[in-house]
Amino acid sequence: MLRAKNRLGLIFFPAFDWAISPTHPEREERLLYTQDQVFEEGIADVEGIKFYNPGMATEKDVQRVHFCVPDVMSRVTESHLISAGGAIKAAEVVMEKDVDKAFAIVRPPGHHAQRVVFGDRGFCIINIEAVMLENVRQRFGNRRIAIVDTDCHHGDGTQDIYWNDKDTLYISFHQDGRTLYPGTGFLDEFGGPAAMGYNINIPLPPETGEEGFLYVLDNLVIPILEEYKPELVVNSAGQDNHYTDPITNMNFTAHGYAELNHRLNPDIAILEGGYSIEGALPYVNLGIILAMAGLDYSHVMEPDYDPKKLKQSFRITEYIKGLCEKIYERWRRKEDISRETLKGREYVTRARNVYYDTDGIMEEQVQKFKVCSHCSGLNTIHSRSDRGYEIFAVSIPRDACQACIDEGYKIYKEIPTGKYYKIYLQDRVNDVYMSQG
Amino acid sequence: MIVGLDMGGTHVDACLIDRGNIVEQAKTPTDRSDLFGSIWKTLDDLLLGKDFSNLERINLSTTVSTNAIIEGKTTPVGMIIESGPGLDPSFLACGQENVFISGYIDHRGREIKSVAPEEIEEAAARFRKKGIKACAVAAKFSVRNPMHETKIKEILKDEFFPVTMGHALSGKLNFPRRVFTSYLNSAVYQVFKAFCESLRQALAKKEINAPVNVLKADGGTVSLDAAEKYPVYTILSGPAASLMGSCAFNPADKDAVFLDIGGTTTDISFVADGVPLFEPLGISIGNLKTLIRSVYNVSIGLGGDSAVSVENGEIKIGPRREGFPMAMGGPVPTPSDAMIVLGLLDFGQKDQAISAMKKIGEQLGVDARAAAQAIYEKMGEIIKQKVDSLLADINSRPVYTVKELLYRKRLKPEYVSIIGGPARAMAPVLEKKFQLPCRVPKHFEVANAVGAALAKTTAEITLLADTAKGTLSAPEIGLYEKIDRNFTLEMARRKALELLQQRASMLGAEGSEMEAEITEESSFNMVRGFYTSGKNIRIRAQIKPGLLYELRGVDYA
Repeated sequence: MLRAKNRLGLIFFPAFDWAISPTHPEREERLLYTQDQVFEEGIADVEGIKFYNPGMATEKDVQRVHFCVPDVMSRVTESHLISAGGAIKAAEVVMEKDVDKAFAIVRPPGHHAQRVVFGDRGFCIINIEAVMLENVRQRFGNRRIAIVDTDCHHGDGTQDIYWNDKDTLYISFHQDGRTLYPGTGFLDEFGGPAAMGYNINIPLPPETGEEGFLYVLDNLVIPILEEYKPELVVNSAGQDNHYTDPITNMNFTAHGYAELNHRLNPDIAILEGGYSIEGALPYVNLGIILAMAGLDYSHVMEPDYDPKKLKQSFRITEYIKGLCEKIYERWRRKEDISRETLKGREYVTRARNVYYDTDGIMEEQVQKFKVCSHCSGLNTIHSRSDRGYEIFAVSIPRDACQACIDEGYKIYKEIPTGKYYKIYLQDRVNDVYMSQG
Repeated sequence: MIVGLDMGGTHVDACLIDRGNIVEQAKTPTDRSDLFGSIWKTLDDLLLGKDFSNLERINLSTTVSTNAIIEGKTTPVGMIIESGPGLDPSFLACGQENVFISGYIDHRGREIKSVAPEEIEEAAARFRKKGIKACAVAAKFSVRNPMHETKIKEILKDEFFPVTMGHALSGKLNFPRRVFTSYLNSAVYQVFKAFCESLRQALAKKEINAPVNVLKADGGTVSLDAAEKYPVYTILSGPAASLMGSCAFNPADKDAVFLDIGGTTTDISFVADGVPLFEPLGISIGNLKTLIRSVYNVSIGLGGDSAVSVENGEIKIGPRREGFPMAMGGPVPTPSDAMIVLGLLDFGQKDQAISAMKKIGEQLGVDARAAAQAIYEKMGEIIKQKVDSLLADINSRPVYTVKELLYRKRLKPEYVSIIGGPARAMAPVLEKKFQLPCRVPKHFEVANAVGAALAKTTAEITLLADTAKGTLSAPEIGLYEKIDRNFTLEMARRKALELLQQRASMLGAEGSEMEAEITEESSFNMVRGFYTSGKNIRIRAQIKPGLLYELRGVDYA
């Protein structure tokens, strides 16, 4: 029988009894054909590949990352906790060295879920990677982690969660926000005052193909990772850059995804989006499984694969080269940019409107970050949804200094109740979460 | 009257059961050079002086196919493997000649690339050149559409025999296993056919007209005629025979652990609600994994004759056997010696057993009796720990729905059934370790033959209805037909049960013993664009595995 070069853990949980709605892309059928392919290939018989059931994330796992309005259990279904639980399981088996790598093929996805959660955005309610990573950091100590998001949509949720966290480098490949939901992910979204430069967006033009993705990986992402030296690399393995995806416009392939995964060499991969459930997912997932296990993926190919049709145009190739140079230049100058931007400032504010497309909710939000010389700095969120709920959240970061901790508790206690629908305190130093109102 | 016969590696056991009572038993040594002769001699002994005009059936568990595979006495096979995209298929080369062809069917049974007849002709030429007569053809996703395998068989069938088609053996998805199972079926075909012919002749000569069935690894039977066609179904049926036999003596509706403690090994199986637990996909033989359904059976190197030693002040038992217990003149102390010293077993030279225990005792700084007690306890402890870890694995087998993840049945044994030489002696310590009642069947020495005797025909069917594509497939009976777009889950259920009856009759089942049940079903809405394009309905049905009837009767309970 075949033997995997890397011991690989697979958390394959297609949730065949859960859908957002019967005809929604995020429906029961989504991983049906992937399961057929994985079973038919006999992946479970490959020596060194081990299947695990997901666990279930707890309320506290979610509170560590999100402010759910009004609370966690009113926002999530069991499926969301299982999806995040699947991601946690993947990290756990890697951290405990039961396997070398793990891939969680779970649903629903999570990378559009931001810190505040009023509802479902881009099919996501809780950010499964972030819930996983913060669980890992609590149990196994703080780690320097890089998340490389290869979903076609900008992972605006993951960006928001790690906006001010220098220990988590977030790099997102995505179709240019001027042409696709959620409409963000530009070069100037560069990170908060304590982590400026550690949020890297790579907005790619429609019709980018295998050549473009691999160029970005080799010439931009891998050099940055080599400088950052993460202890753990996580791939948010969305699969909607595929040329058959019904809701995006890219030309990436199953072989390309496998090749990208092989070169990136992540410790953990987590499925995100990808809705070409027959033409792409069975082949892309198989390709990633084989690449992670260190097996030959050169025979993985879609039925209608035609390299001539998918060839990237010269114009796109040139555009991507220029883009990579620009982004790398900003990465190199991140400290200068940070110094210039923060000069003499005590606070930095970030005001945004956040649209929840799946649930049709509009949120107005202001985040305020303290510029602190001892830690990442206390921060607060003041937010209001168009359904009339107004909340205030205080967040004490993982590395907070005593002054920031004390200030956080002081603000939380002194806010007059009655002014807000709900007030939250997230104390990540002591892993304590509370709310009032 | 029913005859049950189980051929093991060392003995052939047989029994005659009449209305729930074991009326006769026979045992002969297995002659590996004449397996048929060994069976026939045992049958002859068993039926000596009996009126066999009212024999209802003869059920055999044989090692004919198994031995042929393990001893490499199989027929050369030419393999045609259609692998489509996916894993590098080179590891699938298991025949004497292997031809990889370029056709391809996808997961929904759509033909993406047709069979190239010239590739098949070329394969035939290669087989011809090597003098290969037997072939097997396995295509990826052939269970979703058997067209390619059928087409290739059509081309080959005039010149080659047999031509096994993968889809006909199992409806399960697993291409590598389909390849290996198809290979094995063709590889043991001739040897098993010769056995069938000898048996038929011998029975005819004796004017025995009772139908003959052969035991499968899942504890069910197939008729001799069906077994001749699919001899691979008869591999590794021994553990199933013992398990089914043990089941006959025990409560039929509970979860339980079944142990078969022998001289060299202990076999561990489980039943869930009285039904044997199966391997998820199929049994392995040699280094080949198959799709042959089998009872779950884990063998550990721990038995009455296992070598006992002391390492770093700790007792170590097994996994090796160095020979007989010292009480029987063997070279090293064994658990049997310990049990003889404790008065739990009574054979051989007790003084030899005592000196064996003294030897162990010296290293532990205790007397012989204390050493024997420690070994005895340790043996119980090892079994308990292994069972616990197997249960943990079984209870974490992958599931795919939220409902199963949250509310699935977890196996929770309520008793332990023990058979084998040291069964009665081990019962007290196992009862203590497991904190569960232990049961030792009265006639456990023929449990295997009883299991064979009382086994019923089992059969499975896998049905997939794709109403968007308008097709229905049921690979085990080679069905692939058009269906209406309005085909429903209810219609699919009825169809599956109907096809299952067909399949079961084909395998030799008689109407009265067929208790059909649907084991899995799902129906997915297929959405393309923003519209529902059809339904993907999947059903698996089986003849419920079980016994013709139960015997009951335990003498340790």
